[in-house]
Amino acid sequence: MSTIILLLITGLGLGALYFLVASGLSLIYGLMGVLNFAHGSFLTLGAFAGWELSRRMGGESWGTLIASMLLGMVVGAAVAAATEFLLIRRLYNRHIEQVLVTVGLALATVALFEGIWGTDPIYVTAPPWLSQTTEILGARVPNDRFLMIGAAVLVLLGIVAFLRYTRFGLIIRAGVENRSMVTALGIDVRKAFTVVFAIGGAAAGLGGVLASHYFGYVSPQLGGSLLIFAFIVTVIGGLGSLAGAAIASVVVAILQQFANYFWGGTGDLMVVLLLAVVLLVRPTGILGKKA
Amino acid sequence: MTNSVTESILTVAGLNASIEGQQVVEDVSFEMLPVGVTALLGRNGVGKTSTLRAIMGLIERSGEVTIAGERVDREPTHRIVQRGVGYVPEDREVFASLTVNENLRLAERDSTPNRQLIEELFPDLIARAGQLAGTLSGGQQQMVSLARALVNDNRVLLVDEPTKGLAPLIVMDVAKALERAAQTVPVLLVEQNLQVVRMLADKAIVLEGGRVVYDGSAEELLGNEALTKELLGVA
Ligand SMILES: Nc1ncnc2c1ncn2[C@@H]1O[C@H](COP(=O)(O)OP(=O)(O)OP(=O)(O)O)[C@@H](O)[C@H]1O
Ligand SMILES: [Mg+2]
Repeated sequence: MSTIILLLITGLGLGALYFLVASGLSLIYGLMGVLNFAHGSFLTLGAFAGWELSRRMGGESWGTLIASMLLGMVVGAAVAAATEFLLIRRLYNRHIEQVLVTVGLALATVALFEGIWGTDPIYVTAPPWLSQTTEILGARVPNDRFLMIGAAVLVLLGIVAFLRYTRFGLIIRAGVENRSMVTALGIDVRKAFTVVFAIGGAAAGLGGVLASHYFGYVSPQLGGSLLIFAFIVTVIGGLGSLAGAAIASVVVAILQQFANYFWGGTGDLMVVLLLAVVLLVRPTGILGKKA
Repeated sequence: MTNSVTESILTVAGLNASIEGQQVVEDVSFEMLPVGVTALLGRNGVGKTSTLRAIMGLIERSGEVTIAGERVDREPTHRIVQRGVGYVPEDREVFASLTVNENLRLAERDSTPNRQLIEELFPDLIARAGQLAGTLSGGQQQMVSLARALVNDNRVLLVDEPTKGLAPLIVMDVAKALERAAQTVPVLLVEQNLQVVRMLADKAIVLEGGRVVYDGSAEELLGNEALTKELLGVA
């Protein structure tokens, strides 16, 4: 029983990380039709920014942790918005070129990060509470899981509230459905593109700082390895569906944890099998729109 | 704006447009009346919708489009709309996942929308403000689409087959709403229902094969059975 609890909560924690990456991927794809392969770089940069701050301020304090999370968000948002503004926008409506640019950017930035921070993992320090455990129904659950879950829930609620209660949110929801009609109402939909990139980048940057605490280190490869699962989550959830991404994040991460534990480390294999089954049975994903 | 009555609100000269490399509008030129309804007619597939979409900048186009004396053929769609163009597309294109009220709010271009007019013309929509537009009937969706255009003060309205697929009673509701709108803003109307054209239009432009083949009085066209049959394929 305690094993199950531990696997469930660890799965939720990992799912929270997947969601922080997948939410942006899904929003960007939904509105713009762009698969953003550079999204992992926003995450990695957020993680390094958080670490740079924490080594200067002393990683053990909660103030530092919170400040590094905020910094990760700001850096992620700024870099993502700049990416949209300087690169993606110039290729308006040329989806293949847009995707290629994001692939190129992903490769180039990983090399850049390696040049700046080296290829070895850099271990991070955190408030001691995070590396302690809390007992839940007999299971000793590492506390950092709760931080991941709490942050992801706040991000989910924040994005939902933004989409529901702001004019930009209204434009984004309408644009996901029918972008050209939004422009035909006199709205410059490109502003919304920058906004979704910024939101996605902020979530990814926050995810980077949290991932560095989940795994215990930062490395230039951090974003790329999470991005693969985030893409799988986005496709399983239904490209463009935020709720789908949230559900699929949890399902994929928990499946991964259970398969790794009970079926001899086959977690990644099971996730890919799940992806294959979903694509065969329901090609649009759990909550995706019909093509 | 000048006060000259003769100045056309919308002029199209040598307009060409293509979709995926195929030319669908060919050297189309016409002028709209500065008041009332100008009908844009023609058989299915002649390029009426494409002409409106080209004016709106929604498809690849070349040629001259002038709105109130200013060239707009190189501007992006949202700028053209901001100059005071209301567009009611074929097949309504309401946002199905948004509520009626959200559809209207999205369309409002300034802080003084004509909510009063919408309430008068489409009381049903006010009662259904919170309903998802995707769950409305076809007629109600058309009302939303029209309301999205009428909620702003426009200099010209482009309306594409607003009565398509609607029951006769609703057709008359839509026609009356357009008649009311046309009292304050000139309308370019694509319409297959000739009864509606008769009721509303002052001038008619007929397209065939992407080109203009008639440009003159709507009454004369529809009064001439042989000509109507020849150009529109119906009596
Ligand atoms: N998305 C598209 N892809 C390819 N061809 C298209 C597309 N849209 C329109 N066409 C073609 O362009 C031509 C003009 O179409 P358009 O919709 O402008 O005609 P229309 O006069 O509005 O017809 P209708 O009365 O049926 O609405 C048609 O031959 C049509 O097949
Ligand atoms: Mg048409």
